[in-house]
Amino acid sequence: MRYSGFRVIKEALTGHKGWTAAWREPDPQPAYDIVIVGGGGHGLATAYYLASKYNQHRVAVIEKGWIGGGNVGRNTTIIRSNYLLDGNEPFYEFSLKLWEGLEQDFNYNAMVSQRGILNLIHSDAQRDAFIRRGNAMILNGADAELLSTAQIKERYPFLNTENARFPIKGGLAQHRGGTVRHDAVAWGYARGADSRGVDIIQNCEVTGFRIENGKCLGVETTKGFIGAGKVGCAVAGSSSRLMSHAGMRLPMESHVLQAFVSEGLKPVLPGVITFGAGHFYVSQSDKGGLVFGGDIDGYNTYAQRGNLPVVEDVCEGGMAIFPMLGRARLLRMWGGIMDMSMDGSPIIDRTHIDGLYFNGGWCYGGFKATPASGYAFAHLLATDTPHDTATAYRFDRFERGLMIDEKGMGNQPNLH
Amino acid sequence: MIIDHPLLGPRDSAEFTYLGDARLLDRPDPQSETAAAEFHDYGYIRDNPAGWHEELWFHEAGDRSWLVVTRNTLTHEIREVRLARDVARERRAKG
Ligand SMILES: Cc1cc2nc3c(=O)[nH]c(=O)nc-3n(C[C@H](O)[C@H](O)[C@H](O)COP(=O)(O)OP(=O)(O)OC[C@H]3O[C@@H](n4cnc5c(N)ncnc54)[C@H](O)[C@@H]3O)c2cc1C
Repeated sequence: MRYSGFRVIKEALTGHKGWTAAWREPDPQPAYDIVIVGGGGHGLATAYYLASKYNQHRVAVIEKGWIGGGNVGRNTTIIRSNYLLDGNEPFYEFSLKLWEGLEQDFNYNAMVSQRGILNLIHSDAQRDAFIRRGNAMILNGADAELLSTAQIKERYPFLNTENARFPIKGGLAQHRGGTVRHDAVAWGYARGADSRGVDIIQNCEVTGFRIENGKCLGVETTKGFIGAGKVGCAVAGSSSRLMSHAGMRLPMESHVLQAFVSEGLKPVLPGVITFGAGHFYVSQSDKGGLVFGGDIDGYNTYAQRGNLPVVEDVCEGGMAIFPMLGRARLLRMWGGIMDMSMDGSPIIDRTHIDGLYFNGGWCYGGFKATPASGYAFAHLLATDTPHDTATAYRFDRFERGLMIDEKGMGNQPNLH
Repeated sequence: MIIDHPLLGPRDSAEFTYLGDARLLDRPDPQSETAAAEFHDYGYIRDNPAGWHEELWFHEAGDRSWLVVTRNTLTHEIREVRLARDVARERRAKG
């Protein structure tokens, strides 16, 4: 069923009796050409592009819980392409371009809102670094604009530009950045993939791989063995656990990132703002809640909840730039498990096992990457060659000294 | 999380910074034939288990000692805390 304004009016006039389920709930078939493990944003996007761009229709997505229950439904929904390094920026700009056409492409309202993102500057060194980043963005076809304190004050009069411990000295804006309704992304890709023949199998955990003579023949699941010509894994925070079934150890640690939402307020915050002296980012949802977050907790964990010191740190960051936040009550907070890689950048690559492919290491920035990640992973699975924008995301980059370390933090996952 | 420091008693984990897997105590031999591969694994590859994990914590806002904390990554329960110095000596003695 195609969704449209006309359809909404027609259904409204006929008692909304014509709506059908957005995707089927099939039982698994004995075998598929391609099996995707993980029904998060990346897994579903991969299946969608396999079917819509690479003409692969015997595809299944296997999800241990329900689709959208992982990080794709837990993040702070920020999209942007403001990266510095060559390995990253073309990929993230490709992703932002896909976001721009996504809703028409998959015929689903994902509430893509290019309300703009502003990274605040607090020191001379930071200004230099941001100017360099802005130039790198422009060189790669993205948009970037350096704003003065006066320009910022005009747009965001509530920011604490005076009397602050870390005064605001300007900002780097990307006007095409913004937010997207996160779980609608999962649903939109799921519906688009399903309507092109992809089976989405929920409540089915992959418990192992069947590997014979160095070739992966399929996956063992809680619903039995499912054969596959190729298996693509995209399970984000569970990557090390899943790949250990194939005897692999990854350049990754799993960490928790917390997110927070305030009670609903009248519109106060027009775009996305990030605080550069600490780590704090905030936007306002269409329901009115201020959605914000900060650093990861910083220790290995698979518990989807964090600890209080980080809550305090995040709220301090918020108060530093945005004193009026102190009057709002916190409504909810939660955590998600991040696949923190050794250089802060992802991997989209083949493994040493024939027929087994991997997508992960997204750290806490993988939501914005969802369209490009799905596209690039579909490209790799369908053609066995890396997509043009993802050639740097290889397993062997650590061995070869080709790290993509945006922050220059070294092999310390909790600092990326 | 509360870390029961062997010398100072129970301390808030916020006083500590986290380094990672306690395998980082076992630095490979730079003279070995396979040193390049071993240092790659040492520097970049992790078990990252779901369950018990021995890990290095530094008491930065305290006595600045390094600890080996055995903690469950599924529940955050802490089973054992030892001075990293003692663990390292013990491992060296075992060879
Ligand atoms: C609090 C928070 C805030 C964030 N904010 C942002 C942000 O503002 N901008 C941004 O770009 N990114 C952000 N991120 C990061 C982003 O959400 C993730 O990088 C991205 O969603 C990960 O990809 P995914 O959607 O495929 O993951 P997930 O949705 O986690 O999908 C993985 C799926 O795999 C399934 N799975 C795991 N093991 C198995 C198994 N054995 N068998 C079958 N299925 C399995 C899981 O159940 C899960 O559904 C944030 C993350 C969090 C937690």
